[in-house]
Amino acid sequence: MTPLTLTADTAGELPVKSRARRTAWVPTLVLILGALYCLVPIAWVVMAATKDRSELFSTFTFAPGTGFFDNLSELTAYRDGIYWTWMGNSALYAGFGALLSAAVSAGGGYALGRFAFRGREFIFKLILAGVLVPSIVLTVPQYLLLSKMGMADSYWSMLLPSILSPYGVYLVRIYAAAAVPAELLEAARMDGASEWRIFSRIAVPMMMPGLITVFLFQFVAIWNNFLLPYVMLADDTKFPLTLGLYTLLAQGASQPALYTLVITGCLLAIIPLIALFLVIQRFWSLDLLSGSVKA
Amino acid sequence: MTSAPLKGSDRITVGPLADGTGTAKPVRPSRPRRRGRSAPYWFLTPTLVLFAAFTVVPIGYAIWLSLHKVRVKGIGLGKGAREQVWNGFGNYTDVLQDSEFGHSVLRAFGYGLIVIPTMLGLALLFALMLDTPKARSASFARLMIFLPYAVPGIIAALMWGFLYLPDVSPFYYLLNRFGLPQPDLFDGGNLYLSFANIAVWGGTGFNMIVIYTALRAIPPDIYEAARIDGASDLKIALRIKIPIVMPSLVLTFFFSVIATLQVFTEPMALKPLTNGLSTTWSPLMAIYDSAFLKSDIYGASATAVVLALATYLISFTLLRVSDRYTREDRA
Repeated sequence: MTPLTLTADTAGELPVKSRARRTAWVPTLVLILGALYCLVPIAWVVMAATKDRSELFSTFTFAPGTGFFDNLSELTAYRDGIYWTWMGNSALYAGFGALLSAAVSAGGGYALGRFAFRGREFIFKLILAGVLVPSIVLTVPQYLLLSKMGMADSYWSMLLPSILSPYGVYLVRIYAAAAVPAELLEAARMDGASEWRIFSRIAVPMMMPGLITVFLFQFVAIWNNFLLPYVMLADDTKFPLTLGLYTLLAQGASQPALYTLVITGCLLAIIPLIALFLVIQRFWSLDLLSGSVKA
Repeated sequence: MTSAPLKGSDRITVGPLADGTGTAKPVRPSRPRRRGRSAPYWFLTPTLVLFAAFTVVPIGYAIWLSLHKVRVKGIGLGKGAREQVWNGFGNYTDVLQDSEFGHSVLRAFGYGLIVIPTMLGLALLFALMLDTPKARSASFARLMIFLPYAVPGIIAALMWGFLYLPDVSPFYYLLNRFGLPQPDLFDGGNLYLSFANIAVWGGTGFNMIVIYTALRAIPPDIYEAARIDGASDLKIALRIKIPIVMPSLVLTFFFSVIATLQVFTEPMALKPLTNGLSTTWSPLMAIYDSAFLKSDIYGASATAVVLALATYLISFTLLRVSDRYTREDRA
């Protein structure tokens, strides 16, 4: 719509101009209501985390309390700082998992997007069909198989199943087909560059925005995953945040004293991801998210 | 040279010898081509290995387990007292007669009937509002509505769980203040709304972005033409924008249905806060329950396979229907 508004402003065509300047109140109101709805729980958790135990149940929920730093030190003290271990574990699983996932998707998506070879469509459809498999159909036998190999309840049991992302392969395939020109690859081949060199020096840099999207997607997916650690892990020093907070709440149900810890823990758990989003959305096109390359 | 039936096989061994010094000549131009041919497979190797190890093998194992059961010998103590025996489709007939699983599927459908239309309706509404050129604070709202996507489902459920608790909830505070009746959000029927709200809160932003992206790809001259013809904003939205973003809506619908069948996190997170929630509330919970709480991995595998087959059936039906729909639309 920008071109229309611009020409209207510069050309000064009256009817269009006045329409362009008037705020559309209904859409604005709807959007603000939507934003408020999305902000309420976050605002609540921010305020609730500042309250000590008695304030949590006695003061108005959106009024600030006085206990934030006490809550913080209490959370840190809880079982020798196991909360921070969980935070570290989440960062480890999500960071490494997403990095490996982006690397694997880069190879797979590039092959599927830029090469014509036998079985291409079949392989692609097979991998995409993986999206449809209910997570528990994979997770339970994965657990049984890994425990037979003695790998259940280990860091590997969290990392390995999270590497392959069918959606990541799909995104890179689309991205490679649209953003890496075939002529360029052909020219590099004529110059005698090896396929690996073409991939690492030409294709990967050109696919970088797509790969960052895959990384982010997978980072969020692993960070937010609950079922996989719930099935795989038993030792709570290996828990990620999601499972750690869950067990904390499960105990808190009988001890409301733990409520403040859970609330403070929730707040701290969402800060890294929200920060990541705010930083990254500056150079990360949201259009990539839905798999469309054209802006 | 008519009598040369061995020619084909001879060529390979004889060729280089006959060529003598020129050996390199026929080999070199063919090498890049051959390497080029195997290159995609090399790039695909990690994907395929992981796919085999963490998708194909587990599915195969689940199917194998689903066809077996444990037979207990003697009094069932000691090693070798329990052995795996073939059970055919016995587990499957059990699953299909298991009313607990049936109820969990029905609950998932009920939940989906609330979540999917609400979530996609809101996503479409917000996307259309974002696409209105004269809306203020659109980029702020876009980011805020998308933000819940970054919040882990379990934490979203915990936060909402507290907002549903009368002791700490601002909503109950307000209801109390104005003397209004206070519903129990953890009660049977209201539970559906409670879970649905969490899912709508978490999923609307993502779907909004998908639809909004499709809207942005529409060339603006279409609107200009429609305006000149005297179409209002509402008419443009209904007659032009919504039909054009239909494929995106179908896609988001498709993924929402799959997500609905797999609802697990929200009910699990709220379970500690209420007694009114069974361990088999959703299909995934029922499978987890029989695999790990009742230690019946055979029955659980059969249930999981049934759920997977149902997912595929629903998916293909949806794709078939939507394909026909969009094709008719194009014609």
